[in-house]
Amino acid sequence: MTFPFLSVITFAPLVAGLGILLLPPERKDVARATALVTAAFTVLLSGLLYFGYDQAAGGFQFVEDVAWIPQLGIRYHMGVDGFSLPMLLLTGIVLLTGVMISWGVEDRAREYMAFFLILSVGVFGVFAALDLFLFFFLLEIAVFPKFLMIVVWGYPKTREYGGMKLTLYLFLASLVALVGVLALYAALPAGARSFGLLDLAAANFSPELQRWVFPLIFGGFAIMGAIFPLHSWAPDGHVAAPTAISMMLAGVEMKIGMYAALRLGVYLLPEGAKFWAPVIVVFALVNVIYAAYIALIQKDFKYIIGFSSVSHMGLVMLGFATLNPLGLTGAGLQMFSHGVMTALFFSIVGMVYDRAHTRMLPELGGLMQRMPWAGIAFLVGGFTSMGMPGFSGFVAEIPIYLGLWQGVALDPINLPGFMTTAWFFPLAAVISALSIVITAAYILLAVRRVFFGQLPAQLAELPDVSALDKVALGLLSGLMIVVGLYPAIMAPLVESGLRPVLQALGGG
Amino acid sequence: MNIQPFEPSHLLALAPEIVLVISAAVIMLADVNRGRERKRELGVVAALGFGAALVAALLFTLPGLTADGQFGGMIRNDTAAFAFRILFLFAGMVTALIATDSPVIGKEGEFFLVLTGSVIGMNFMALSTDLVMLYLSIEASSIALYALAGSLRESDKSAESGLKYFLFGAFTSTVLLYGFSLLYGFAGSTNLYEIGARLGEAGVGGVPTLPVILTLLTVVVGLGFKISAVPFHFWAPDVYEGAPTPITAFLSVASKAAGFAVLLRLLLTVFPGYAGIWTGIIAALALLTMTIGNLLAMQQRNIKRLLAYSSIAQAGYILLGLAAYYNLNTDGNVGGEHAIGAVVYYLGMYTLTNLVAFGVIILVSRITGSDEIADFSGLSRRSPGLALAMLVALLSLGGIPPLAGFFGKLYLFAAAAEANLLWLVVAGAINALLALYYYLIVIKVIYLGQPKDEATVPVSRPYVFALWVCSIGVILVGVLAGPFVQIAQAAGTNFLR
Repeated sequence: MTFPFLSVITFAPLVAGLGILLLPPERKDVARATALVTAAFTVLLSGLLYFGYDQAAGGFQFVEDVAWIPQLGIRYHMGVDGFSLPMLLLTGIVLLTGVMISWGVEDRAREYMAFFLILSVGVFGVFAALDLFLFFFLLEIAVFPKFLMIVVWGYPKTREYGGMKLTLYLFLASLVALVGVLALYAALPAGARSFGLLDLAAANFSPELQRWVFPLIFGGFAIMGAIFPLHSWAPDGHVAAPTAISMMLAGVEMKIGMYAALRLGVYLLPEGAKFWAPVIVVFALVNVIYAAYIALIQKDFKYIIGFSSVSHMGLVMLGFATLNPLGLTGAGLQMFSHGVMTALFFSIVGMVYDRAHTRMLPELGGLMQRMPWAGIAFLVGGFTSMGMPGFSGFVAEIPIYLGLWQGVALDPINLPGFMTTAWFFPLAAVISALSIVITAAYILLAVRRVFFGQLPAQLAELPDVSALDKVALGLLSGLMIVVGLYPAIMAPLVESGLRPVLQALGGG
Repeated sequence: MNIQPFEPSHLLALAPEIVLVISAAVIMLADVNRGRERKRELGVVAALGFGAALVAALLFTLPGLTADGQFGGMIRNDTAAFAFRILFLFAGMVTALIATDSPVIGKEGEFFLVLTGSVIGMNFMALSTDLVMLYLSIEASSIALYALAGSLRESDKSAESGLKYFLFGAFTSTVLLYGFSLLYGFAGSTNLYEIGARLGEAGVGGVPTLPVILTLLTVVVGLGFKISAVPFHFWAPDVYEGAPTPITAFLSVASKAAGFAVLLRLLLTVFPGYAGIWTGIIAALALLTMTIGNLLAMQQRNIKRLLAYSSIAQAGYILLGLAAYYNLNTDGNVGGEHAIGAVVYYLGMYTLTNLVAFGVIILVSRITGSDEIADFSGLSRRSPGLALAMLVALLSLGGIPPLAGFFGKLYLFAAAAEANLLWLVVAGAINALLALYYYLIVIKVIYLGQPKDEATVPVSRPYVFALWVCSIGVILVGVLAGPFVQIAQAAGTNFLR
């Protein structure tokens, strides 16, 4: 067996987190340094895997496979492919930048860093798990650190409500999906029952089964990606969370929902996906337009970002619903691009709030003079969000619109008539493209009201962001530009990871 | 089953119980000979007795592959009995340890004496394969528990608790006894396996189906009380609230597990031919029990009552596994063992988990003087270790990994899914969500609230030991579940044949 890279990436934060908890509480500097080193280590290692992955060979690599609970066909099975590697890298980067911008946390700093690291354990592992039991095991490990971190360090006015709401919605999401997975598990012949992703993918479930299980699995994980009408936990929870947790939850946890919706939903149940794709389009369109509109009328800076995430996740779902290579690749890139972008946004909101002690747009303004780094980084994020060429958002969103334009209802039986007409997908493409305009509006509005205009007198002496903050901002904005200018660094890899999904769908 | 007439070597199968009887005698002597101030060591003596019995169980009663009926078919020392015996002895040991420092009961020899007696009764509940033996052991453990629940003589609530428990218990026990008499009437034998063979399949053979089903119902009522299944649960909250907290812990785990041991034994050896009927009844009970338990738990302000309702809900999950038994076995696959294995696993992990929870509650209520959830406010600032232990217990009850509660629930749900009981899985999943809500509220109070008093909660050495063992157990059983699943499934197989 080769070196267990994936286990090391997954469990290094756990070991470091538990180690930090054993420190005396006053050694905050040691706690922070340990967290920083661990996070940098995971970035390094996931970068190593990212560039060490053999695209020509394809498939799952760096595999670890050990029997775990054999009575139920449960294995400790890990591996990554082109679809999961960018997510792994994203997790590492968000973890690292999250630690950097949390350097100033003084209240129980030891526990803060420890729980933040432990939270990342589940996130890393989920992207590497090839056994669905392992997947849920790691996914749910994140429940208590995220609940505790929101409730203890969150925004005092809404943390209890937001933390509870977010935790229960995410738990609901995973339970719905778990019921679907158990239905698949039970549908395997007795004696060959297994939770293995590959076993289930090879099982050829009957189309009837696929059609009724698909909404459970895809729908469950779509709740985790904040699908309308079960999206309200995301803005409420993310706004209530402390900055680093907002970054991790909006930047990565929502991507887990999308990642699993594709990997467990579309990949395992291609017939179900074909059947439900036009319905997903309808829901996702509401996400894209409605959430963007709500973002436009927010007065709270953080809520703008919260709703913008919901809107962008709708785009990812639209990409999935196309079921064609263009749309899926775009969705895969969008997951990475949006993860980096939203982490950047939330970190900037956090920096502004920490200094100005308000997030209300009317009370802010002219901050470009006081914190130019944050302002410029926000502009980069804003351009990405609008899908401007030269930024990663463009590389991700254009294929989604193109894929949607080409989309067809693959399983036209039993669908309402309008979903099978020739203009359904093109119309959806046009409507979703409208979101670019609304996005541009709310981003530019936020830019103008926060970073330009008159600097209010009480903010005149605002300190600039710290050096570590600048490193984090530079790293995140740099990534968006690199992927935007040189998409070949990621697009072919994502395409290679999606090939099995497309094969399952019968195309590609 | 192969019935063997008595021979002296059979005594070895009762080695743990013999050790417990000796331990009871030692407690009695120590109680008489020690001065008032040294009596707190009695709890440690009792715990050592349970520990010695555990060792004896591991040394002498490891079941062989073929389990025969010993003592002329009175008892059967199989893996099922072994697993439950370990569970009772462990629960007894931890209860003795956490009762050691209790202001009133910790100094009373009678308390530990009766506790030991109750565990002896429970052990025989798991071992018995004969109606007479079974009834005697149920009564032996129950009467001891009635006395224990009422053992705080100064407290009205404790007296109410003991009396209420006794009245409910006596009534359901009568119903059960009536059922036993009918069983004897059908079969002309008191041996469970012979009765099972005589009853055979539903609708086949000489025994009419309807009276058998009525008998089945008496069994469900009688044992539904012990496992606090809805609608036989009304005693539980009041009894749990009034009883001394160590006994509440013991009732919620050991007594419930003992009820399940007998229920499994009777349903699977006496009524296997009627499984199509009783799994339906059990499924309905499971749905009612978990839903009502959780809905009522959400409204509690008192932590003991909250855990009482939570323990009712947990019984519902376990019944869900039992309901999953039938559909599987008919198509001839290994599923029946999954269902019963899941039940046994869940009982084991639930024992560990609930003991941790009650262990922390005892400490906190001792210094605050009440059992309100609000008293846990800011526990994480006063005693981070205790807060962490409570976190482990509550999250395990809520079914969050890496704690044992997660695999326990998943195992039950998987068994139910295999049995095509997906509607019950959905109900279980909704209940898991409801339950997580009220567990999270307690966690929030512990971690977010401001402590009224900054002083750390004092904890004695035996206590720390008990909490550590159980907390680490909860994690270990959850992560390295394989070997425990194996024992649980072997126990399940033993119940089946």
